[in-house]
Amino acid sequence: MSDRASDAATAASRVVMDAEQIARACARMAHQLLEANRGADGLVLLGIPTRGVPLAERLANAIEAVEGVRVPVGALDITLYRDDLRQNPTRAVGHTRLPVELDDAIVVLVDDVLYSGRTVRAALDALGDLGRPRAVRLAVLVDRGHRQLPIRADHVGKNLPTASSERVQVRLAELDGVNEVTITREVAQPSETEGDVG
Amino acid sequence: MRHLLSAADLDRQEIIEILDLAEEMAQVLHRPIKKLPALRGRTVVNLFFEDSTRTRSSFEIAGKWLSADVINISAKGSSVSKGESLRDTVLTVAAMGVDALVIRHQASGAPAQAAQWIDAQVVNAGDGMHEHPTQALLDAFTMRRHFRGRAGEDGDGPTDFTGRTVASVGDITHSRVARSNALLLRTLGAEVIMVAPPTLLPSGIDSWPVEVRTDLDSVLERADIVMMLRVQRERMSGGYFPTPREYTVGYGLTRDRLARLRPEAAICHPGPMNRGLEISADAADAANSLVLDQVAAGVAVRMSVLYQLLGGADEDADHARATSATVKETIR
Repeated sequence: MSDRASDAATAASRVVMDAEQIARACARMAHQLLEANRGADGLVLLGIPTRGVPLAERLANAIEAVEGVRVPVGALDITLYRDDLRQNPTRAVGHTRLPVELDDAIVVLVDDVLYSGRTVRAALDALGDLGRPRAVRLAVLVDRGHRQLPIRADHVGKNLPTASSERVQVRLAELDGVNEVTITREVAQPSETEGDVG
Repeated sequence: MRHLLSAADLDRQEIIEILDLAEEMAQVLHRPIKKLPALRGRTVVNLFFEDSTRTRSSFEIAGKWLSADVINISAKGSSVSKGESLRDTVLTVAAMGVDALVIRHQASGAPAQAAQWIDAQVVNAGDGMHEHPTQALLDAFTMRRHFRGRAGEDGDGPTDFTGRTVASVGDITHSRVARSNALLLRTLGAEVIMVAPPTLLPSGIDSWPVEVRTDLDSVLERADIVMMLRVQRERMSGGYFPTPREYTVGYGLTRDRLARLRPEAAICHPGPMNRGLEISADAADAANSLVLDQVAAGVAVRMSVLYQLLGGADEDADHARATSATVKETIR
């Protein structure tokens, strides 16, 4: 009884993945990536800012632990490719850093949450201007459903059924000082304005 | 951001945002496909009442690389040569549904005036002897890269200019670049020294936040950046200095003076250069000359400015309709 009371007091936010579960999910995705790719050859991990970047770094660490190879890691900011620029005040642009040429690489896009699919659409457009990868894969820590475009992830840390009125938040130690994924039941709009929710 | 009319419009944070974004934009120069979709469907008009090569072409390239439609109108070959007033020209162009107007005009204050007539964004691309804010931004961009060291691309270096000294040398009176630079560099925290013969110092310079010198040799060893200003022959109706030769002796960056700069100091020039007059060939082509870096920075910085002005939602949702309504109103 007392538990339920305190839950209600904390605005109905609950942890759906803790630090250990996130670490295990990353390790599993790294294995899956290597299995699907038959090794680390040609892999390039590109994190989508903000939280895709440390996640890509973690996947690279996990791959290195298994395979003993350091795959190139970079960042791909998609702000200038968004389809909602005109709906919002001018957005800050993040940092793009390509560790190697993308021509003929197996690019793995890494993001924290897959939602509408619009971020990934923008990332694919951005990639098209940067080179011609042999293949593009998508790895996300959380797939929360509600796609608005025909896009799916190749590797998913956790499938998380949600209502679109809920808010999924990924916190990573590198940026937020804590590793956890939470769901908050809010009246907040399914956040087209949230940079990380895509 | 609304309009860019003066370097004084920008606070330190806004300047740093523009410079940081310009660093991102600069990456486009090295891409196989030099195109970003951010300004698709936007229209930018370059309205140039004065000659220009690098400013006009870099605004044009900047707009095009951001996928905006860019149109150039110059006074020669337009209705301006038939005697149309600035106001009518600006209103006519705005009535076509333009999102931004990049204006260069021989009269100080013309872009600011235009900004009051229309709803489109206005960028001052040089107005008379007044200001040239995007030139000041690209100079600051180039200097910041120099201070950070060309290797440090991820830019952990200083983002402000505290403790740096920039000397602008030459025709301060006629130089809109000098004025915009002084304002912008002071906002960033640099010490600014203006060096010129007394005849080429504008009246009222005492109120500028700068140190004024009439002797170049006394500042050479103090400067981190020496910005050589062009002797504007087209604005010189004589009497400012006796002969070009004497100007060079007093205020030119000669080979001798080049040798006396501090080893880590760098040379800037907004161009076009009068080689042999204000800057010697040795200085222009020296290893520590940033002249070509300045030109390369022009596109990235103007991309950044255009994105800041046009990258988001219109401040007024009924922007376009409102524009054409006001235009009809005012023309009547």
